[in-house]
Amino acid sequence: MKDFSSTHLLGIKNLSYDDIILIFNIASRFKEVINRPIKKVPTLRDITIANLFFENSTRTKLSFELAEKRLSAEILNFSSLGSSLSKGESLVDTVNNILAMKVDIIVVRHPDPGAALFLSKNINASVVNAGDGSHEHPTQALLDCYSIIERINNIKGKNILLLGDIKHSRVALSNIFCLKKLGANVRVCGPPTLIPKNISDLGVEVSFDMKDSLNWCDVVNVLRIQLERQNLKFFPSLREYAMLYGVNNEVLRSLNKEILIMHPGPINRGVEITSEVADSHQSIILDQVENGVAVRMAILYLLASKIKIS
Amino acid sequence: MNNKVILNSKQISIIIDRLCYQLIETHSDFSNTILIGLQPRGVFLANQIVSRLADITNYNIKYGELDTTFFRDDFRRKKGILTPNETNIDFNIENLDIVLIDDVLYTGRTIRSALDAIGSFGRARSIELLTLINRRFSRQIPIEPKYIGKSIDVFEAEYVVVNWGVENNVILNN
Repeated sequence: MKDFSSTHLLGIKNLSYDDIILIFNIASRFKEVINRPIKKVPTLRDITIANLFFENSTRTKLSFELAEKRLSAEILNFSSLGSSLSKGESLVDTVNNILAMKVDIIVVRHPDPGAALFLSKNINASVVNAGDGSHEHPTQALLDCYSIIERINNIKGKNILLLGDIKHSRVALSNIFCLKKLGANVRVCGPPTLIPKNISDLGVEVSFDMKDSLNWCDVVNVLRIQLERQNLKFFPSLREYAMLYGVNNEVLRSLNKEILIMHPGPINRGVEITSEVADSHQSIILDQVENGVAVRMAILYLLASKIKIS
Repeated sequence: MNNKVILNSKQISIIIDRLCYQLIETHSDFSNTILIGLQPRGVFLANQIVSRLADITNYNIKYGELDTTFFRDDFRRKKGILTPNETNIDFNIENLDIVLIDDVLYTGRTIRSALDAIGSFGRARSIELLTLINRRFSRQIPIEPKYIGKSIDVFEAEYVVVNWGVENNVILNN
């Protein structure tokens, strides 16, 4: 089997096709592990991982923490809330202080795009990007693509739609990179104000017509309106957004086929997706959550295998 | 490199027959027994044993495949990644008798990791080990098989290869 090409996971852009397939192969083994009566393996028992969250997170943080615990790693959790960052300490100083406690891998979420790359160049540890501003969220894209393949076997040549707030979504950018590398046809759809101007340069189709796009696709990944990143009004009201771009049973029934529904969470029920759709048999939202742990275990396993015994 | 045939296809077939009858002697109707082939190469031997047991008995033999990669003790100590194989154990092993099956027993470290790995599926009543080739005097861990195809004494630098194909054989490379 080919080796993993990087000592960090900063984004999907830097990964090769072989890297992605390797992650998926290992993840499928871990998926079996986390469905055993005893879900823990001792593989990373001599590895210490720091989870550094400079931005709010629930599911990604829990998913990483569970993945690390299932691998028997030692864990340090850091949240910027109430930390010395508020006393003026720089990011590198904060992280280096944590690394002085002999940390092997850091998992970092930060509001600034490029924060993970910056850390990888300035500290002596493997870095996993758990979301850097509106740039990339590689583990989410990997678990999304893994979940698609698990359900429809092959992603190559399939039509995948990213629907919603593309402009502010790091999930969208990482998904585009990952889906394109795996050979999917990708379309983005949303209000014109929430679609970045030159996004078609990434090789994706652009549409503002939700119904036409849903008819085109095999799988739709519904993205949340990132209100926390919007300092301007990009659409008149949530109600209007829900009417034009919300996925509901009525619009799904009007399609000429059954499509797969995904959502990276957190869900704003009644805005981008209704409860009936989110909880329907077409939805694989909970599969995404379970697969998230397996995919993160695979990534940590691959990165840790590159840290040699000193 | 010199290759020496230790066992040919006919000899392997006779040994597998004997191992099957030894298993029947201990496990009678196999109602409380699960045979587990160890990935990757123990699975070939396990398949042969399960198939032969089906020929000579009408018992329902429970059979699974176990990968021990995540329980190995040489993670980060080898070049490249340790590649896991598939594990297929679809039953609860609680209070059942397990027979681990591998092709060659050498240092005993794989079996040590298998003992840990099988614990993920519950608490077995007993665990036994069956091996086609037992390399004597080379154990690094106090593990010994209960069912042995053939015991051999070879130098550390020599390599034992079990080939499963149209012609089964066991080769000693030195």
